[in-house]
Amino acid sequence: MARRGSFNVLPGFNLALGYTLVYLSLVVLIPLAAVFIKSSALSFGEFWEVVSAPRVVASYRVSFGLSLLAAAINTVFGLMLAWALVRYSFPGKKLVDALVDLPFALPTAVAGIALTALYAGNGWLGQYLEPLGIKVAFAPLGILVALIFIGLPFVVRTVQPILEDLDTELEEAAASLGAARGQTFRLVLLPILLPALMTGFALAFARAVGEYGSVIFIAGNLPFVSEITPLMIITKLEQYDYTGATAIAVVMLVLSFILLLVINLLQAWTARRTGRNR
Amino acid sequence: MAGAATSLHWHGDTASRYESRSATREAPWVKGLILGLSLSFFAVFLLLPLFAVFVEALRKGLETYWAALVEPDALAAIRLTLITAAIALPLNLVFGVAAAWAIAKFEFRGKELLTTLIDLPFSVSPVIAGLIYVLIFGAQGWFGPWLAGHDIQIVFAVPGIVLATVFVTFPFVARELIPLMQAQGREEEEAAVVLGANGWQTFWYVTLPNIKWGLLYGVILCNARAMGEFGAVSVVSGHIRGQTNTMPLHVEILYNEYNFAAAFAVASVLALLALVTLVIKSWVEWKAGQAQAATEA
Amino acid sequence: MVSPRFLTRLMASLGLLAVTLTPALADTTLLNVSYDVSRELYKDINPAFIAQWQARHKEKLSINQSHGGSSKQAGAVIGGLEADVVTMNQAPDIDILVERGGLVAPDWRKKFPHEATPYRSISVFLVRKGNPKGIKDWSDLARPGVAVIVPNPKTSGNGRYTWLAAWGYALRQNKGDEARAREFLGKLFANVPVLDGGGRGATTTFTQRGVGDVLVTFENEAVLIDKEVGGGQFDVVYPSVTIEAPAPVAVVDKVVDKKGSREAATAYLNFLFSPEGQEIIAKHHFRPRDAAVLKKYAARFPAVPTFTVESALGGWAKVQKLHFADGGLYDQIVAKR
Repeated sequence: MARRGSFNVLPGFNLALGYTLVYLSLVVLIPLAAVFIKSSALSFGEFWEVVSAPRVVASYRVSFGLSLLAAAINTVFGLMLAWALVRYSFPGKKLVDALVDLPFALPTAVAGIALTALYAGNGWLGQYLEPLGIKVAFAPLGILVALIFIGLPFVVRTVQPILEDLDTELEEAAASLGAARGQTFRLVLLPILLPALMTGFALAFARAVGEYGSVIFIAGNLPFVSEITPLMIITKLEQYDYTGATAIAVVMLVLSFILLLVINLLQAWTARRTGRNR
Repeated sequence: MAGAATSLHWHGDTASRYESRSATREAPWVKGLILGLSLSFFAVFLLLPLFAVFVEALRKGLETYWAALVEPDALAAIRLTLITAAIALPLNLVFGVAAAWAIAKFEFRGKELLTTLIDLPFSVSPVIAGLIYVLIFGAQGWFGPWLAGHDIQIVFAVPGIVLATVFVTFPFVARELIPLMQAQGREEEEAAVVLGANGWQTFWYVTLPNIKWGLLYGVILCNARAMGEFGAVSVVSGHIRGQTNTMPLHVEILYNEYNFAAAFAVASVLALLALVTLVIKSWVEWKAGQAQAATEA
Repeated sequence: MVSPRFLTRLMASLGLLAVTLTPALADTTLLNVSYDVSRELYKDINPAFIAQWQARHKEKLSINQSHGGSSKQAGAVIGGLEADVVTMNQAPDIDILVERGGLVAPDWRKKFPHEATPYRSISVFLVRKGNPKGIKDWSDLARPGVAVIVPNPKTSGNGRYTWLAAWGYALRQNKGDEARAREFLGKLFANVPVLDGGGRGATTTFTQRGVGDVLVTFENEAVLIDKEVGGGQFDVVYPSVTIEAPAPVAVVDKVVDKKGSREAATAYLNFLFSPEGQEIIAKHHFRPRDAAVLKKYAARFPAVPTFTVESALGGWAKVQKLHFADGGLYDQIVAKR
């Protein structure tokens, strides 16, 4: 209910909040609760046995490890791309700016088959990489490529607005005090961009951990090497093991929720640091 | 959460501002390095896959391409995809407006938790999104026996596909509107109410004109995801040719039938949709930027 | 500004769109839920049966197809996919429908001839043209330096038959010594660089992506690839002994009783056993049951010594528990890779 003290003449609070809560519960909360309830059919010991089976643990390593790596790579290149888009003029800039969002709009399955066609041993890029001993498709590297693709816009789009809002005075002051360009970047700009970079990193990471459609075509899906956690859920489902599938789903869900909380905290931090809304 | 990354934002070209001052300018080799690295990264990871889709689609010629698109199963898939988006969009649109109204215009306890919960579908694996509906509406699920008794099919039929799509596109409109409406405050609405407008009038004539670009932006993103979802829909679809196959699932089927040219042809339609989305998006950003400039001037 | 009337009208027209686009229903509709590689077969079977049925009955019949990994498809039927008939590639995927929810009668094997299996296939090898690695038998697959493409035995019937064929071969070679057989399978699966979810994924990996020296798959699939995709790029190799994969079919009692489609569903499956159906089956390189049809197409089906899960490995229940359950032989062996 509206907090006492902040008088508000606007109508519709009860209707809007009521509708929000009902719809949220019906579409998201109750269905997600089903996962927890179904998995509670297992005793703790059984639950632990499922989620700590060596093959499943190996899949966490693949999913989380590669997602972290992909998010890190996207953070570095995303910052560079955002920097280039804000600070430099170059031909085709508008096009690049618009296309950065492509991974949001392109269906993941399409991305999966396109990347496989590119990076397979006989693909456009694969035919040059394979002789060098670099195997991309059907190897963990392929998963990494797919995760980089789907996570790419996040860092660019979180850093870009912050960069645009930066006052040039800061850098001018630093320069007039004798700081070299590199020093200015490291000591003045980076600390300001840090919260946004971390938010972008966390977003890209969260998206990558759950990704299925684009990864599955290119992964190779070898046990202990290139099986991702969502695939373990699918595998359990295909063996009619619904409880086992929900147990792994619970682990992923809890983790997503924690990640989201972290992201929201980071965004609040960004807001405090930069005075922006978000 | 993706709100932060996808928010409506008009990037005016500011490059000259930085390039003209020595304090904000890098040495040419640094600039070259950054441009070179970031643009090659962009080309390899974004442009090339997009390009590959169209090249593979047209490999067997325009005739094969066209035949793959007008074949009955492909048409049925396109139709189902459109229907799914047509149902999921209005639902999430109404929800997004209601949620943004409550969150942006009022103070209440648990607001942060509510915002986090609205974001949840972003970070839930699509596979889990499909699984939950099987657990609830499947024959062995909570409502399975009751639904079977009343001859209602939810999962492995169109309603299940719509539900899974609604789930994965759930936060888009809300996340777009909440920050926008928060930034706009509530003075204008309060003035309207004080002058005697009722709630709906206030919304239609004051709020809606202010948020229409953000709303449209949210709808565009929502639509792109609704048409392209694969993982969640794959779990609940049943894969009945001509009936419960959406376009992304049809791509997979063609791919598995060694019909690669056709698979990439349908994929290219989806890629085209994505490009159209980006064009409309840029246009909306441009319009919104103009509107903003007009109010500031 | 967006007018309220415009929005209302938009919603209304969207609703109308959804209603008018719903397809018209035929008098009787059957849904055949089947496994991954039977698509082309049913594309030919369905029109033939529909023509026959409509000539005898004055009603319109249409048959819908759903294809995917055999076990995944069974899971969907358990979950409520309203299949009138299931046509799978391994008996456990029908037995599970008996166990879960009683969808199929326990005695489904007795409802149709040949244990309700209208045809069978066998596991064979597809190698690159000229067989550069000289792959002739199962023992060659375990040689160092040979890359073998197999679909995932946990999720694919095709992969499971491959695993069991190699197991049966190893038992024979080692006079029933299970420890030696395990060692053999360990070596063989150490040679597998990609595990696709289903038979079709494995084929694509082998043929389109150029990965691997040999693809182990069903005979019908190997011949189809050679014809459709290959264009003379591949050779089919028959090993010295292999496993027989009978394809079981069943009417889903619970669904046909509800829909009143039992007669059509039963006639549909019986059609598979008729000479006309068997002929179509043989044309698709599945080994027919009908002796006359088999004889007619004998040139397509080289005689190879075979064994079945029932004859050599103690039946599906045992195999399932010993090999493919969590922590079973498959898990133990891949864990050691």
